[in-house]
Amino acid sequence: MASVFEYAPAPESRSIVDIAPSYGLFIDGEFVEAADGKVFKTVSPSTEEVLAEIAQAGEADVDRAVKAARKAFVKWSALPGSERAKYLFRIARIIQERSRELAVLETLDNGKPIKETRDADLPLVAAHFFYYAGWADKLEHAGFGASPAPLGVAGQVIPWNFPLLMLAWKIAPALATGNTVVLKPAETTPLSALFFADICRQAGLPKGVVNILPGYGDSGAALVAHPDVNKVAFTGSTAVGKEIARTVAGTHKKVTLELGGKGANIVFDDAPIDQAVEGIVNGIFFNQGQVCCAGSRLLVQESIQDELLESLKRRLSTLRLGDPLDKNTDIGAINSEEQLTRITSLVEQGEAEGAERWSPACELPESGYWFAPTLFTNVTQAHRIARDEIFGPVLSVLTFRTPDEAVAKANNSAYGLSAGIWTEKGSRILAVANKLRAGVIWSNTFNKFDPTSPFGGYKESGFGREGGRHGLEAYLAPSSPEGER
Amino acid sequence: MSTVEKNDKTERAERLSVFKTYKLYVGGKFPRSESGRVYEVTDSKGNWLANVPLSSRKDARDAVVAARKAFGGWSGATAYNRGQILYRIAEMLEGRREQYVREVADAEGLSKSKAAAQVDAAIDRWVWYAGWTDKIAQVVGGGNPVAGPFFNISSPEPAGVVAVLAPQESSFLGLVSVLAPVIATGNTAIVVASETSPLPALSLGEVLATSDLPGGVVNVLSGRTAEIATPLAAHQDVNAIDLAGADEVLAKELEIAAADNLKRVLRPQPVDDWAAAPGIDRMTAFLETKTVWHPTGSLGASGSSY
Repeated sequence: MASVFEYAPAPESRSIVDIAPSYGLFIDGEFVEAADGKVFKTVSPSTEEVLAEIAQAGEADVDRAVKAARKAFVKWSALPGSERAKYLFRIARIIQERSRELAVLETLDNGKPIKETRDADLPLVAAHFFYYAGWADKLEHAGFGASPAPLGVAGQVIPWNFPLLMLAWKIAPALATGNTVVLKPAETTPLSALFFADICRQAGLPKGVVNILPGYGDSGAALVAHPDVNKVAFTGSTAVGKEIARTVAGTHKKVTLELGGKGANIVFDDAPIDQAVEGIVNGIFFNQGQVCCAGSRLLVQESIQDELLESLKRRLSTLRLGDPLDKNTDIGAINSEEQLTRITSLVEQGEAEGAERWSPACELPESGYWFAPTLFTNVTQAHRIARDEIFGPVLSVLTFRTPDEAVAKANNSAYGLSAGIWTEKGSRILAVANKLRAGVIWSNTFNKFDPTSPFGGYKESGFGREGGRHGLEAYLAPSSPEGER
Repeated sequence: MSTVEKNDKTERAERLSVFKTYKLYVGGKFPRSESGRVYEVTDSKGNWLANVPLSSRKDARDAVVAARKAFGGWSGATAYNRGQILYRIAEMLEGRREQYVREVADAEGLSKSKAAAQVDAAIDRWVWYAGWTDKIAQVVGGGNPVAGPFFNISSPEPAGVVAVLAPQESSFLGLVSVLAPVIATGNTAIVVASETSPLPALSLGEVLATSDLPGGVVNVLSGRTAEIATPLAAHQDVNAIDLAGADEVLAKELEIAAADNLKRVLRPQPVDDWAAAPGIDRMTAFLETKTVWHPTGSLGASGSSY
């Protein structure tokens, strides 16, 4: 839809961030080349411009990094919690100082709008370090026993949708509890993790406490399988999560998995329509829908379907897709060509299965990876687009008549990560929230995050929680059978 | 033996005792194994005690169906109500204390006093967990002070249907120690009894059936642990598995199978003394945390004036 007023371009300057032509692995406080000399390129998804060449970690590098982390663990874990806390507070502060630089960098490497990196990712990243910094000297009060102990070396594998935020979710609680870390960022978004290495350097963090190993899935698999890793933390697809669960079977490794989702966003007939529409848009088009807890299934009460869809379509027509560095951009680029292919194929399947596809008039840039916001109606529970995680800006609309039906449909999924409830009736919120099998439930809001709040899934959305007091548990040794804790 | 009994024997023909037919406990009923198979159970000295059902994969699947059916009601019951029922189990056990002392003594080759100590500890354990049902949510849940106009609450919820492989050695106290925490928190359970000493577990079914515990909340199977556990670990409608009764090799196999639907797995933990205080880990292992967000709105920058 052509708007009455055209927006003037409002690009954020990229000159604030210096990207080197090449980066090494960050092991034991130094940037080093991969043992076998392998490298890969990271591109900007909105332009396909090559941003940098990155060393690709192999098995030998994983081994080197784990050894460095093991060595560093001795001193790091013995440090008084109050000292570890200060390192984490320093990191939080440096992130705040450098947040504009990091926001631009993240937008370049990931393709998400600057509006989101600047206003959502970076403030949350700093907040996570600040939050867990405060726990480091209070662990004996956290409810996990009088003298909770760290596990050792944490092997952490994170995805490309929130590269720096996922790093924060993993590294902050690990360091606060006295563990050391080997982290593998995703192959399409390694840059912010490598910049984080520089932040560790500025903060004076002891060598080896944090090690960063960019690479592909095989690097992650080697890290997870390394016999001297005590704790595995993974965020990513359910398929890989299952593979990891098999890999660690029969070992003593503690595991947490944050996997996929197919969140139901339930709108009752008494919901405030305009607010609900904003929530639906936020639920599925935030970060181009590349969010594990996205509200990708809209369950709308039949009696308000027409009214809601009309409002929703009107709202979608005002979304601005394009240059992620433009401050007015709502929808950025899809993270990679591979992901774009996956979204496209699932959407084609949705059409082939008889669902009705709709997108607002939307011009896609010529280079880069783009997908227009897409809505499917006439979707049934049997449709693949209602069951499989698409991980893109694609919303499937289903209807229901009674609250029981809404609950049954919402729970009819192998996943159980998130859900939304829109109604003015408080008792209905609590009743429905009680019955939903999902780890995070947003009522009259969606996609809200906070470091104090446990986040994680039921069923095939994974195990364990990140955030809050609960997030500490994943990095602490299990209690003795004598019940000392 | 007392002199009275001696006299009875000399005066009357010896009374033939009534054997008990040990059966499974599934869905609140006492079926035989669908397979029609049984196996011999002996005491620690090798004397025959009973023929008990040798459960099949089908029995395991039936038990999952029963446990799933019971889950809504049990997890939806008030925590207070669940506590009452767990306490009632202790009451019923107390009344049959002598029977369990005999069964545990036979099963584990213990002296009567040592067996009695095990049974007493098991009864006390039900009482302990009865008190936990309405407290665990306060201990592991909470309100979260988010930075924004929202409030959210984290509360624990049961994971769902839990397969429990009871410890092999401790036929009764071990069994109760792994079963009670699972149902105290609102899960429903399929428990696989100790392979060599299943009689106390099968008898427990009789107590559970008379303790106001809804049918299907606990289902007791006897047989070969590996044979029953394999389909349970692979079952898509089982949410979690406690591997206490599996040896290292079997535990690894089952953990791999459990990955297919990302079951929550509690790996075998070394336990020197089942009578020691258990802590809350066995409860939290089968709990999920649900975080519910809601906007708070605002009364304006100054708030209300008092």
